Amino acid sequence: MPHETAVHEEHAHVFVPQHRHHFETEEQQREAGSFGMWLFLLTEIMFFGGLFFAYLLYRNWYYPAFAVASVQLSVRLGAFNTVMLISSGFFMALGVWAAEVRKRELLVWMLVLTTFFGCVFLGVKYVEYKEKWEHHHIPGASFSVAEFVNPAAYGIDEKPLMPDMAKHTEIFFFLYFAMTGMHALHMIIGIVLLGWLTWRAHRGEFSAGYVAPIENFGLYWHFVDIVWLFLFPLLYLINRHLVH
Amino acid sequence: MSTLPNAVSNTIVRLPDQATATIPKKNYITAEHGLLSWLLTGDHKRIAMLYLISITVFFFIGGAFAGMIRLELLTPQPDLVSSDTYNKFFTMHGIIMVFLFLVPSVPATIGNFLIPIMLGARDLAFPKINLLSWYLYLVGGALTLAALVLGGVDTGWTFTTPLSTHYLNTHVITAGMAIFVAGFSSIFTGLNFIVTIHRMRAPGMTWFRMPLFVWSHYAASILMVLGTPVLAITLVLVVLERTVNIGVFDPTKGGDPLLFQHLFWFYSHPAVYIMILPGMGVISEVISTFSRKRVFGYTAVAFSSVAIALFGFFVWAHHMFIMGVSNYSALVFSLLTMLVAVPSAIKIFNWAFTLQKGSITFETPMLYAFGFMGLFTIGGLTGVFLGSLGMDIHLTETYFIVAHFHFVMVGGMLMAFLAGVHFWWPKMTGRMYPESLSKLAAVTTFIGFNLTFLPQFILGYLGMPRRYHAYPAEFQVLNVLSTAGATVLGIGYMLPLLYLGWSLKYGEIAGDNPWQATGLEWQIQSPPLTENFVEIPIVDYEAYDYEWLEKKQKEQVTTVG
Repeated sequence: MPHETAVHEEHAHVFVPQHRHHFETEEQQREAGSFGMWLFLLTEIMFFGGLFFAYLLYRNWYYPAFAVASVQLSVRLGAFNTVMLISSGFFMALGVWAAEVRKRELLVWMLVLTTFFGCVFLGVKYVEYKEKWEHHHIPGASFSVAEFVNPAAYGIDEKPLMPDMAKHTEIFFFLYFAMTGMHALHMIIGIVLLGWLTWRAHRGEFSAGYVAPIENFGLYWHFVDIVWLFLFPLLYLINRHLVH
Repeated sequence: MSTLPNAVSNTIVRLPDQATATIPKKNYITAEHGLLSWLLTGDHKRIAMLYLISITVFFFIGGAFAGMIRLELLTPQPDLVSSDTYNKFFTMHGIIMVFLFLVPSVPATIGNFLIPIMLGARDLAFPKINLLSWYLYLVGGALTLAALVLGGVDTGWTFTTPLSTHYLNTHVITAGMAIFVAGFSSIFTGLNFIVTIHRMRAPGMTWFRMPLFVWSHYAASILMVLGTPVLAITLVLVVLERTVNIGVFDPTKGGDPLLFQHLFWFYSHPAVYIMILPGMGVISEVISTFSRKRVFGYTAVAFSSVAIALFGFFVWAHHMFIMGVSNYSALVFSLLTMLVAVPSAIKIFNWAFTLQKGSITFETPMLYAFGFMGLFTIGGLTGVFLGSLGMDIHLTETYFIVAHFHFVMVGGMLMAFLAGVHFWWPKMTGRMYPESLSKLAAVTTFIGFNLTFLPQFILGYLGMPRRYHAYPAEFQVLNVLSTAGATVLGIGYMLPLLYLGWSLKYGEIAGDNPWQATGLEWQIQSPPLTENFVEIPIVDYEAYDYEWLEKKQKEQVTTVG
């Protein structure tokens, strides 16, 4: 989580205005903030790790169900989203550089673009989720294995699954929603924070030498990006094959 | 200063002349006034005191449930409450005591107060996150109380599936969310400690000059930071399973109830080390001070803390031996469980060797420390019995387990907490507690504890199951003994509440260093200034350096004279 500022002085001095007085030096403050963010990201790895472990277990047990269910996801939308997130990350990295070289306007634009690509990602996810609802692929009361037991009837060019294996596609979809949903929640939090940081950047708070919040948020944003880079192949690319 | 030489008196306490001593006018308590100055503080010391009040409240609520349990178990028949209500008693007792008392007990109170001071820093690395930790704790506590008031939870604190996900209609979701939030309180505390210890040590304070209290908290913080998120996601899955019925733990959909247990215990075993390690840190400080001797084998004790943290991650399935894990799995976890006992034993040996040839005195913190050493050893050894597969088949889910964990958690951790509260009370408040009354309370607690829980080892061995509100008539005598003990124990815990409160107004003025202890916290005023140090110290001496302390005291005497 990025630092909040202290009460800052009215005029920019040589010494950065946001010095927190329990730190002896500004360098100590910066290093502590950065260390804290890396440590927080480590906790996030453990948090997502539980879901990845469940994925490992159930994919191992129900591979045919996972393979067929995965094909039902749109690899086009997933790949497009991957490009969106990488672009978003690219602009975030440029934003960090802009803060470091004290270019206020460039920083603001980079944060805006980061937010934009993040929002596009979320928009696509909404489209995907809506499609899942229409196909009765959301786990719970409305879930239906019809498309997996009898794909030909739905115009799907796949081998049908036995009913008991088809049941396990619900596990795949629960993992899909839990993992991408948790990821999307982290993105929403990130976008809210981006809004706040963009506003502060616009006011010039990060173009006078104090870049820690931008750097630390960048770490968080890149982490969220990396989680997606694992989710995409694990969920979308289990058994992609050419359709004859 | 009182001039009684050590050799003649049987206490190391040296207080300033009470006729002229006063609490320093400027300290962290008087620095600002008003409720908001406390509720919006960034001062780690104020946050520590806020935590102390909160966890005390929850301790007594959890204790009330324990009282209800013991009351029901006075008779073999289920005559006090229905089985559903009884299930709620032990569930709420467990949830409150584990998550709202034991986990934050030493770290959030004594740790928060002392870690910056022991390191020579002005505050923790992230004061605002520290305050957020306390508010998250309160929200978790409030949600727990909500679950209680709305009708309670009866799954046991372990939320085992599929009971908790498919077969009960109680407030599992509320309780799950409560612990989710409280878990983040713990994560942020641990994060704060790790960053502070790495980055904010005073000049000259190398890793191996830190007090062992800090090492224990460092190890516990690693566990908090790495383990608690797994609990968080596990609770999310339980909530999703209950609300949406996703099937993750549902065999009819291909899910596996055992997955829950693996995920849950992956946190909850390290959690027991989160609970005990800070207590062990307290014991290191207390035993050293009241034997006037450096802790024997500092490096071994420091590394054993980290070893406990590391090994603690590899033994979780010893809670699952009878749950259908494979024999090979059980074998491996049993072996690893034997290994994890070793670093804990190393600490006990080192404390024993610290005592040897020390100048031992028996002030209240030391009484609790002795209690800890004996009771934790018994509890720990019975843990080794339970780690052995053949024994565990018979002893698991009986009162033997209940006795085991109460020995380590109550006989161990709670005693360490009380030792710490008494030891650092003069530093935190500027006042001494009444020594005779506190000794009485300590002895009462020890007697009450043994009377309560020793019979439970026998009951478990004889086969009395845990979490049952009825039992065969032949077990009644032991149960009555246990309930009698619980009453004595309750009195023992009420006493400190009363006399510590009394001491805030009427206790003797303590001065900077009533125990003549080493450590940076004893070189500053009691209670400390908000900024802790007038000048950040430069540390050029080892921890527990009693020769340095003696030299400094001699210098003080000569300059004043």
